[in-house]
Amino acid sequence: MLDFIATPVGPVPRVATTASARDRWGTIGARIGLIRRNYKVVPGLYAVGSPDVLSPVLVTANYKLSFDALRHRLSGIAAWLLVVDTRGINVWCAAGKGVFSTEEVLQSVRDTRLGELVSHRDLILPQLAATGVSALAVKKGCGFRVFFGPVRAADLPAFLRQGKQGDEAMRTVTFTLAERAVLIPVELFLLAKPLLAILFLGFLVSGIGPSVFSPAAALHRGLVLLAATAGGIVGGAVLTPLLLPWLPGRQFWCKGLLAGLPVALLAWLLSAPRLGAAEQLALLLWTETVSSYLAMNFTGSTPFTSPSGVEYEMRRGLPMQIAAVCLTLALWLAAPFL
Amino acid sequence: MRGYRYIDKVTTLRVDRQRCVGCGNCTVVCPHRLFSLSAGQLALSDPDLCMECGACARNCPVEAITVSPGVGCAVAILTAWVNRLLGRKVLSGCC
Repeated sequence: MLDFIATPVGPVPRVATTASARDRWGTIGARIGLIRRNYKVVPGLYAVGSPDVLSPVLVTANYKLSFDALRHRLSGIAAWLLVVDTRGINVWCAAGKGVFSTEEVLQSVRDTRLGELVSHRDLILPQLAATGVSALAVKKGCGFRVFFGPVRAADLPAFLRQGKQGDEAMRTVTFTLAERAVLIPVELFLLAKPLLAILFLGFLVSGIGPSVFSPAAALHRGLVLLAATAGGIVGGAVLTPLLLPWLPGRQFWCKGLLAGLPVALLAWLLSAPRLGAAEQLALLLWTETVSSYLAMNFTGSTPFTSPSGVEYEMRRGLPMQIAAVCLTLALWLAAPFL
Repeated sequence: MRGYRYIDKVTTLRVDRQRCVGCGNCTVVCPHRLFSLSAGQLALSDPDLCMECGACARNCPVEAITVSPGVGCAVAILTAWVNRLLGRKVLSGCC
């Protein structure tokens, strides 16, 4: 925040259009997953530049990454920012969950007395908010007319220059290599807890053998299992996002199988000399299953998977994955006795 | 969104051309650009590209578009299944 602007509706904080060191660290923290769920902005009115009664009103979510994505694209522009309380969730997810809603927009317009601040009656919302916000209902509810702006804040200056008109490119979602790669850290971070649980069980299961429980076997076989799990994670949570458009097939659990295959084969080549046939098969299966499951989970991070489609593929993929886990476990438990 | 296609023939998107008044709201909000107007008539191209976000139906003034909206996320669907199985009523999702 730079300073306060005195307005008829009280002092409004003016924010910078460039990122500070703290913003950059915050972005990294949120992208890794450390502070993802609690990276919020106080809802309400903000200003960039020196806006007046004619300046545009840009509406956004109160997730700090959304707020920053918006203000950092507005250098040289004077505008009011209306931050809606979306419980710290980004624009599209909040709209899909119904927290970036018509009611929340109406509430924000009322609470901030926006009608007394500007002389016009236009609001510019991100296009992706349209999932939760009805332009008609907003107009009916508070008299402000909603213009759906571009998908990406980067296109806002051009959108404003064109008289609040968006072109096809501005209105189309994309999922470029960079947009996919930036999601990988969070995918990995979210795995930390389930991974610990799986490893604990893995070491436990690995120790069971003819001598009831062997700590040496637990360590040796447990480490092999750890490597196989890591391979599956590389396949499902790293290679699948990176290679997504080039992996053949439509269903993500199948894409995960393909992405996991090179990793599984590599792990197999490295460990095969030291393992029996049952264990080799178990490891291949396990790496593939982890990769397939994580790839399926990646549906939630993409901008093109429909809930009907995800349900369709889960009804096919999940039974296969459960069967593969059972088979892996049986092989792994049986191996010391063979 | 070139290069991406998801599963065909599963979308719940339905369009009633009789009801359409040609306002063009859906042509603005669709993130996959499935709608267009020609001579005031609604045209729907390639409905299999629909991700069921629901923006079109939400902004249609005459309910000419229907879709069962939701988030295409395996974790959310799995959580819903588990909750139903256990008889829990929790509405919290993942993201």
